[in-house]
Amino acid sequence: MSSSTDWPLWEVFVRSRRGLSHTHAGSLHAPDAEMALRNARDLYTRRSEGVSLWVVPSTAITASSPDEKDSFFEPAGDKPYRHPTFYEIPEGVKHL
Amino acid sequence: MAAVTADQTTQGTAGTADDAEAERLAAFDAAVAADDRIEPRDWMPDAYRASLIRQMAQHAHSEIIGMQPEANWITRAPSLRRKAILMAKVQDEAGHGLYLYSAAETLGASREELLDKLHAGRQRYSSIFNYPTLTWADVGAIGWLVDGAAITNQVPLCRCSYGPYARAMVRVCKEESFHQRQGYELLLALSRGTPAQHEMAQDAVNRWWWPSLMMFGPPDDSSAHSAQSMAWKIKRHSNDELRRRFVDICVPQAEALGLTLPDPDIRWNEELGQHDYGAIDWTEFQEVLKGNGPCNEQRLTQRRTAHEEGAWVRDAAVAYAEKHAARPGSAGAAAQPVEATA
Amino acid sequence: MTAALALGDDALVLSHRLGEWAGHAPVLEEEVALANIALDLLGQARTLLSFVGDEDQLAYLREERAFRNVQLVEQPNGDFAHTIARQLYFSVYQHLLYEELAAGEGEFADLAAKAVKEVAYHRDHAEQWVLRLGDGTAESHERMQNALDALWRFTGELFEPVEGVDVDRHALRDRWLTAVSSVVERATLTLPTGPQSGAWTAGAGRQGLHTEPFGRMLAEMQHLHRSHPGASW
Repeated sequence: MSSSTDWPLWEVFVRSRRGLSHTHAGSLHAPDAEMALRNARDLYTRRSEGVSLWVVPSTAITASSPDEKDSFFEPAGDKPYRHPTFYEIPEGVKHL
Repeated sequence: MAAVTADQTTQGTAGTADDAEAERLAAFDAAVAADDRIEPRDWMPDAYRASLIRQMAQHAHSEIIGMQPEANWITRAPSLRRKAILMAKVQDEAGHGLYLYSAAETLGASREELLDKLHAGRQRYSSIFNYPTLTWADVGAIGWLVDGAAITNQVPLCRCSYGPYARAMVRVCKEESFHQRQGYELLLALSRGTPAQHEMAQDAVNRWWWPSLMMFGPPDDSSAHSAQSMAWKIKRHSNDELRRRFVDICVPQAEALGLTLPDPDIRWNEELGQHDYGAIDWTEFQEVLKGNGPCNEQRLTQRRTAHEEGAWVRDAAVAYAEKHAARPGSAGAAAQPVEATA
Repeated sequence: MTAALALGDDALVLSHRLGEWAGHAPVLEEEVALANIALDLLGQARTLLSFVGDEDQLAYLREERAFRNVQLVEQPNGDFAHTIARQLYFSVYQHLLYEELAAGEGEFADLAAKAVKEVAYHRDHAEQWVLRLGDGTAESHERMQNALDALWRFTGELFEPVEGVDVDRHALRDRWLTAVSSVVERATLTLPTGPQSGAWTAGAGRQGLHTEPFGRMLAEMQHLHRSHPGASW
């Protein structure tokens, strides 16, 4: 007889060292959050890749849709005044 | 396995739906051509999706079936150092299976479903693992030749057009770099050891050489999936191209080992700047593929048994999680990230 | 060097048993977890055995009667519940023992300080699974209870005196019992009530008296090494 219920999927985020943010490393299956953390530790940090872990149920993630890519991300493209390089400063002026 | 062809995706009904479809396909093709990565939620042709799932599943299955021939020697490893190395290697293979199943899951194929297909014999794994590990030297030969062939195959996959597959492969290749070296080192110790050890090493190389060459798949002119996979950049080099590259790499390595490759026809081809090699027995390849290899039944049975005998454990964990999910603040109820800090 | 042999053999033998799971675990994630534990233990064994002599000579060329591990760790894997029961009994003992050794100034203090972190994780792994199997399904509950009962008679041996291990073994046993009881209770299981040792089991492993499955285990482990006397690998 095979298992009737598949373990849910979790997304794993690893902080590789203090001072850096958690980065998505991959996913795994676990019956609950406690086991997910432990499985993540065994799978994604066995070569000392991390000092901290997050696990999130994959179903809890809401993602932007690739179809909305244009309306979501393109409007940011024509606003160069948000970047410091947009501004001209006379030569020799310091600490700006 | 049903052959999936590209034209299945371009069939559409008439009118605007057809136009929109064509537009999406054009955008997809352009992205692939520009070496852009395709990500899980992007539109992709059905056949591309099916082909990727097939390839990633087969790859993941190969990792976990591939644990067996080597695990066969963990309990007999002749030194504690070798035992630690072998355990770590077999563990990596379980890990690599996990990465690859995860990558396949981004396309909506659950691991359970893929495992069911493997257990039912409806999806394949690399035929190489249907050969037996008869002596300790086989562990070395697998590391040197089988992992060597796998790496030659896999390194280009780090640039595969599908993002999650490429990322999984980056991790796999990074971790596998020790696998081949440990195999080579193991064989070197045997080759330079007692006459009995040397003979053991040569015998293993004799048995694993040809099956390793077959790992690159059928010759280009008879490979079912090659052309389309190359166009989609799921595959980056042809079977024969990679095979020849592998022979070129192995010839000097065998020499340094003091072992002979069991092919009298290997010789340098001045014109090509590469080695020629003897004819591969594709009948054997087809037979093993069909299930008539020395260990096909054994490997699949062990996998099925482990899965079936583990069902009560997996069920217990689910039952426990459900019971405890209702309690506030308990693990099962977690809707927010759970953190562990070392 | 009785102590290093005793602790080293415990780790060596348990590591070997866990290594037998490779390719047979109930779920892939557990393949990785069990291998991690086996590798930690093997590392500890190598360090401990090297206090005594050459690690490979000690592992591969001693006869069964010269091994000083407790009988608990040599017990066959059985089903996953048996493996977990063995892990619970042993890792709680090892954790408490190593904590004490790490705090002391004996020759094992450095090793214990490193190993105690590993062992804490082994203990946690065992406890998590005892909870899930005990409080999971009716089948898993029954299997877990059977396993706890079956291995109970090998637990008394953990608290027999070992020359060179300077701990208060009565206090160790009390703390072990409290810790194990607490997990067993939370897992809705019952702490076995039978004797923790028999005429045959008490302290026997530490004196080189083992159970039948151990001879087979050693035969498998040592055969290749012994077939090539003097060879290096």
